[in-house]
Amino acid sequence: MNEKKDYLLEVKNLRTSFFTSNGEVKAVNNVSFHVNRGEVVAIVGESGCGKSVTQMSIMQLVQSPPGKILGGEVNFNGKNLLKYGPNSKEMRSIRGNKIAMIFQEPMTALDPVMTIGAQLVEVIRTHRKVSKKEALVIAEKALDSVGIPDAKARLSNYPFEMSGGMRQRAMIATAVACESELLIADEPTTALDVTTQAQVMELLVDIVHKRNMSLIIVTHNLGVVNRYADRIYVMYAGHVVEQGTTEQILKHPNHPYTEGLLASVPKLEEEVGEKLVPIPGTPPNLTDIPDICPFIPRCRYACDKCRNSVMPPLERTGESGRYLACYVDIHADDVNEVKDNG
Amino acid sequence: MGKFILRRLGISLIIVFLVSLFAFSLMHILPGDPARLALGEEASEEDVQALREELNLDKPLPVQYWLWIKGLFTGDMGYSIIYNRSVKEMLTEKIPRTLSLGIPSLIISSVLGITFGVLSAIKRGKWIDQLITFLATLGAGTPVFWIGIILMYFFGVKLRILPISGWTSPAVDFTKYVRQALMPVFCLSLHLTASISRQTRANMLDVVNQDYIRTCRANGINERSVIFRHALRNTLIPIITIIALQIRQVIGGSLMVEQVFNIPGIGLMVKQGIMGRDYLVVQSSVLIISLVTTVCNVFVDILYGLVNPQIRKSWG
Repeated sequence: MNEKKDYLLEVKNLRTSFFTSNGEVKAVNNVSFHVNRGEVVAIVGESGCGKSVTQMSIMQLVQSPPGKILGGEVNFNGKNLLKYGPNSKEMRSIRGNKIAMIFQEPMTALDPVMTIGAQLVEVIRTHRKVSKKEALVIAEKALDSVGIPDAKARLSNYPFEMSGGMRQRAMIATAVACESELLIADEPTTALDVTTQAQVMELLVDIVHKRNMSLIIVTHNLGVVNRYADRIYVMYAGHVVEQGTTEQILKHPNHPYTEGLLASVPKLEEEVGEKLVPIPGTPPNLTDIPDICPFIPRCRYACDKCRNSVMPPLERTGESGRYLACYVDIHADDVNEVKDNG
Repeated sequence: MGKFILRRLGISLIIVFLVSLFAFSLMHILPGDPARLALGEEASEEDVQALREELNLDKPLPVQYWLWIKGLFTGDMGYSIIYNRSVKEMLTEKIPRTLSLGIPSLIISSVLGITFGVLSAIKRGKWIDQLITFLATLGAGTPVFWIGIILMYFFGVKLRILPISGWTSPAVDFTKYVRQALMPVFCLSLHLTASISRQTRANMLDVVNQDYIRTCRANGINERSVIFRHALRNTLIPIITIIALQIRQVIGGSLMVEQVFNIPGIGLMVKQGIMGRDYLVVQSSVLIISLVTTVCNVFVDILYGLVNPQIRKSWG
């Protein structure tokens, strides 16, 4: 059976750099991942690890200059989107239509001088040959389906008349209205307060499941990941360092970075007074970075092999569907662990 | 909205009142006796005194102020002691001249300034942006009287293709009006075009980096709509302020340009009034200019509301 055909999105060896006055910043460095139909995939990592730039590269929305997609493939429904130019008609007919994207800041993500209705109608009419009236009906239905009460009245509201949660719902409504196949949510709940976060996440996952859409959640919130994601990709310094199902990764992290990430999250079952373990050091500067494992300076397992070898490739491990980019088996008995790295 | 306009008009009334006090005080603080200046050095003290009494200059200042204001309400703006004509008549004659240059320059600089600014922003860093930036800096830095004289010398004296100075009513001879107005309008528009284009460029660059523009692009909206429907509208809101600030010049005239091109408009009239202590001419014209300016500003505020829903909704 050829599993490959089922991928809705397959990113292969994607490389995106920013060319600044200080040199080349390799924001996305040979990243590969895939999303199946109906699947919720989480991309996890610290700020600046390239997770958002990866998504912007899929949509070809990386600002150029200074950004540039240097290579790789973005196969969506079997077609390599990178063959089309960022401003091409083909790419525009994908954006907001087949692939919808919602962003971190709902407060500023909508045009302040246009009504919600007008903005939805504009997107709908960009992708569907419908009249204004029909588009308004679609927009109203979409708003209703994302749980915005009194949708018809809301159509004539301006963004500033809505709360952050409502605006994020309105953004999701765009994806619903255009019947997108893939929704990319770039830290969709980071800017919202905690109760709203849960509501918006529930809504997102509900919509995605009901409509057989796929969802990519970009986040650093492991709670969100644990609850909603089917599979996880862990990114560090522009690389995918570990990949697996949510259960595999969260229960048995194999990469030292993933392990550190999980250890730094508070858990309810932990005893009161127990200290959180931060990952020592800071993420590396990605300017003109050498081709070795970027986590070495912060890694407590780093050995001579790590220091003398190139970046370990992301390779399949024993467990099915599980990949790892690390030379060290951190669970081995003879692992040389530096206990106190601080 | 009605309440908002009423409140704004109320504030305007207070402003106009303060301007009237100010103009009145200034004219009466200035050294020099209007009656003496009007009659000349040779006139006898009796004649001067008689004129003072006729002009009510011997009365206490509050009374003089009151008489002036009272006159205004009955449509009497007083008489010019230099030209011996009613101020109203003089204003009716000179306002159209000033407007006939001010309005075209306001329109031209708005259209050109916004066009150049947008062009400059969307072609950022390209040669066209650099050219516009260079021209705008040059335009903003060139003194109006200097460029006026240079233009006159070049087009009027050397090439002899444009009349050097003067003004003709467009109703009388439109072609002549256009030929005479070309250089003054250019001078009036120069600074404004430069500052509007710089400001538009800066605003536009700020707006295109906003999240909602990214949203538009992420939604597949074509670049033309992104720029003209979304970015431009948000860019223009602050530009309205810059244009609105120029309304005073449109009504009050530019002394420099009127002086250089010898156009007998409001600017020149007020200047001559100040020199000759023709106090009623100055007071009344300043008041009329401020009245029209404040009323225009109310309209500008309404315009703000039309382009910015957040302001509109705050009116209730």
